[in-house]
Amino acid sequence: MANLDHPIKKVMIICAKANIEDVYAALVMANGAVMEGIEAKVFFTFFGLDAITKKQMKKLHTATVGNPGMRMPGGLPFPSILGMLPGVEAGVSAMMKSQMEKLDIPPVDEFLELITAGGGEIYACKLAVEMFGLKKEDFCEHVKDIITIGQFYELAAGEGTQIIFT
Amino acid sequence: MAEKIFAGVSVTVTDEGYLTIPSQWTKEIAIEIAKEEGLTLTDKHFAVIEYLRERVLKGEALTIRSIGKSGVVDTKGFYELFPGAPLKKATKIAGVAKPVSCV
Repeated sequence: MANLDHPIKKVMIICAKANIEDVYAALVMANGAVMEGIEAKVFFTFFGLDAITKKQMKKLHTATVGNPGMRMPGGLPFPSILGMLPGVEAGVSAMMKSQMEKLDIPPVDEFLELITAGGGEIYACKLAVEMFGLKKEDFCEHVKDIITIGQFYELAAGEGTQIIFT
Repeated sequence: MAEKIFAGVSVTVTDEGYLTIPSQWTKEIAIEIAKEEGLTLTDKHFAVIEYLRERVLKGEALTIRSIGKSGVVDTKGFYELFPGAPLKKATKIAGVAKPVSCV
């Protein structure tokens, strides 16, 4: 039996990248928290904003260049030069998404819906939003607010909070 | 493993209180487990519980996503019926094993 004297009560997750794996790490952790009855708030910043931007959220990719974990199906080496060819990154990303679908891991928009339905909250970083010239209406409906990192820390207040950066 | 008496019937449960033999489950037992979880069961709860039992007994893995799409309850409704940790609570009340799902 786990030690329940000091349970985690709240997780504050920060996602700064747009790769499928970084975004999904944040989403799985947030959803997993909500499922366990742990409060979860996710802060998307820099390229991570793609995950909550209507225009980009369905087009997330994994990097086929500069990704040492990249292998062919079956485990054969994946030549870097192949990753540079047009369409390869899109193909690999589509394959990853279909694998996830088989495990009942939803697409990003549906995942955000699951998290918010369970009481989780999604935020966009004000600084990054300004940097990329985005507006509130560019974001999906699940985004609760555009806030500063200071406000995010305020939301983190309380005993049993963990801040996680993916 | 331990023996526990619910509604006058002795059942075997795990350390966390999940029934180990789903066939020992009855509605009366569900009502008592729910009481321990601070819940009063309604018809809506039972609709979800029976749906979960049916799926687990068929050998299917439960995920919040698939329950939300079942037509029996939506995700928000599921969280409202079993506040806190819905999948864990609902399966406990449904007398089936604790799910190992990550989503």
